[in-house]
Amino acid sequence: MAKFKKKSSKSLTAISTASLPDVIFMLLFFFMVTTVMRETTLYVKIKPPEASQAQKLEKKSLVSYIYIGQPIKPQIYGTEPRIQLNDSYADIKDIAEFITKEKESLKEEDKQKLTTSLKVDQDVKMGIVTDVKQELRKIGAFKINYSARRVIDIASNK
Amino acid sequence: MKRQIQEINASSMADIAFLLLIFFLVTTTMDVDSGITRLLPPPPDPNAPIPDINQRNVFVVLINAGDQLLIEGKPGNIKELRKLAKDFFENPNGDPNLSESEMLSDKIKKTPEGKQRDKLILAEKLLGDRPISKGIISLQNDRGTSYKMYLKVQNELAGAIDELRDKLAKEAFGISYNKLIELKQDDKVESIRTVIPMQISEAEPKDIGGRK
Repeated sequence: MAKFKKKSSKSLTAISTASLPDVIFMLLFFFMVTTVMRETTLYVKIKPPEASQAQKLEKKSLVSYIYIGQPIKPQIYGTEPRIQLNDSYADIKDIAEFITKEKESLKEEDKQKLTTSLKVDQDVKMGIVTDVKQELRKIGAFKINYSARRVIDIASNK
Repeated sequence: MKRQIQEINASSMADIAFLLLIFFLVTTTMDVDSGITRLLPPPPDPNAPIPDINQRNVFVVLINAGDQLLIEGKPGNIKELRKLAKDFFENPNGDPNLSESEMLSDKIKKTPEGKQRDKLILAEKLLGDRPISKGIISLQNDRGTSYKMYLKVQNELAGAIDELRDKLAKEAFGISYNKLIELKQDDKVESIRTVIPMQISEAEPKDIGGRK
């Protein structure tokens, strides 16, 4: 019959923590590589709507963002939805200049691939969005992306 | 006299690394940008002839300022939109109110030489001669429509076309459309896209509901 050796009640040896810095460094490198610093501070409230057909936006360097939503400080800026380009509120008329600048910063062969991502709050009325779209059409930035949260819809999953 | 070089105490290294780690943890944004990509039409050319499209081939979706839907002249619900759109394109029973279809080979004959024709020929080679729908979707919204509703409708329409493409992919190649994209079978994906195009025409918006 097999015998179980009774564990000798020696004092517990402390776990070596010598490799702890290495583990932490590894985590650190992971976050350093994956991190994307927020380039713009949002001055508008944005809660994107949900969509099941939403697809991942590839090639972030080719994307320029237009934010539309209610200002964060309604007591100063009111509740009317505003457009934000880069770091400040903007007018419809500023969009043309903004897109032209974004286009200039791209390489020649990528200029046609510029995508404009519309980050719009779900409660914003279409009027302002339509104005933006018309403006984009005028200056030839045809590729747009309606930003949306990706959800899996169960109802139509056949 | 030579002094022995003292080793640097490395026990605080972990703390420093921790500090940096926490900094990056806080600043990092892991959100993946996702959305529905659409191509806007170029500005209307005043000299361009009005395209001759049979009314039965247009699937009209209207959204009013109160986020209510009018699908093909009837008040509708967002839940039925996908099915209605699918039926419209497929039209299995040849209903005269739903879209017409033409054979792929006939369409090739009618299309002038060029990129579009090459695509159609490629599609015929891969998928065989099959009826393709002439239908297009016309979407019009009010200035007062909420963005949420607008995107829901866009989503359902995209979903309908996606399901049709998926069905065709399974029929023709035995695997789902998304799988085809994943496998980078560009020719097959392209031909499916040619046969079932994502044609959503957006009319110039109206301002009936008034600005809100």
